[in-house]
Amino acid sequence: MASLKEVRTRISSTESTQQITKAMKLVAATKLKKATDAIAKMRPYSEKMNSILGNLASAASEEDRVKKYFEYREVKKALVVVLSSDRGLCGGFNASVIKATRQLINEYYKPKGVDVEVTFLGKKAHDILKKEVSNTSTDNMGVFSDLSAENVFAVAQQFIDAHAAEKYDEVRLVYNQFKNAATQIIQVEKMLPVQVESVEDDAQKNIDYIFEPGQGEILVDLVPKAVKTQLYKACLDSFASETGARMVAMDAATENAGEMLDKLRLQYNQARQAAITGEILEIVSGAAALEG
Amino acid sequence: MYLEIITPEKTLFSGEVESAKFPGSAGGFETLNNHAALISSLTEGTLEVKTENGVEKFEINGGIVEVLNNKIIVLA
Repeated sequence: MASLKEVRTRISSTESTQQITKAMKLVAATKLKKATDAIAKMRPYSEKMNSILGNLASAASEEDRVKKYFEYREVKKALVVVLSSDRGLCGGFNASVIKATRQLINEYYKPKGVDVEVTFLGKKAHDILKKEVSNTSTDNMGVFSDLSAENVFAVAQQFIDAHAAEKYDEVRLVYNQFKNAATQIIQVEKMLPVQVESVEDDAQKNIDYIFEPGQGEILVDLVPKAVKTQLYKACLDSFASETGARMVAMDAATENAGEMLDKLRLQYNQARQAAITGEILEIVSGAAALEG
Repeated sequence: MYLEIITPEKTLFSGEVESAKFPGSAGGFETLNNHAALISSLTEGTLEVKTENGVEKFEINGGIVEVLNNKIIVLA
């Protein structure tokens, strides 16, 4: 059995670990609130944008100036954008992104002979995948340190330009979509070329809009914005998922530390009891020897 | 009529307005009550909103406006 002192040291170290995980959980919970607020504010924007875009779907196929966004080319070079976190200790969050990325590259792109480049937003996936993927870029890895619409839009613009310049024929995103704190859904989504869903709702379809200055001009403005919004939304989703996953992971860690503490305290008391019993035995037998 | 100005990061304005002036990309225009359905792109400029309590101004960097059934939505 472990000595009293050993058990005491373990108890105090477990206690301090528990304090840390508890603090991390609280920090994550506060951040999560902010992150979900950001998503909630973002949602009406992207919904409205999609519905306007849906209204213009038929015009979009005829407008030359936005053709580059919709153009399907034979996919020879693809860009995979991987959204992970900058820090660890967030459960399976990064592992699932990495797994999905591997799957996409090895099972989808490789058999077709597609040349894949991977770009990382967030550090963790890069740490693991840099050994496996030959063609990586880390230019925008720090985007999560300042997650403003402006920054993300600038990153998206780079992808749009590269796609328009035929550097890539396809751009896909891999990220965790936020469902709730405990659940993230891994998403592999096509960013470019753009897919437009036309409006199904007949009432919406038959509205006779006046277009100023014209459908074409609006599309030129709207389509890139929609693409950027898609990336921004993915970033917000990923960030909320990360904090959610971290909160859950830290909660579990705190609980585990508690269980461990219970066990250690029991062990400590047993050891203490054994020591006392031993001492009494010694005293009693000593006294008996004197009397005898 | 009801006006909402939404950016990706927050809702800048939402509420009843009497009129609103937009910096349209084909020239500025104003919408009053019962304006016909309209979708227009906007350029950089000032968006002037007239409410019961006076005039509010917003600087925008371009965007899209949709007017439908006395509801105006600005995506800035």
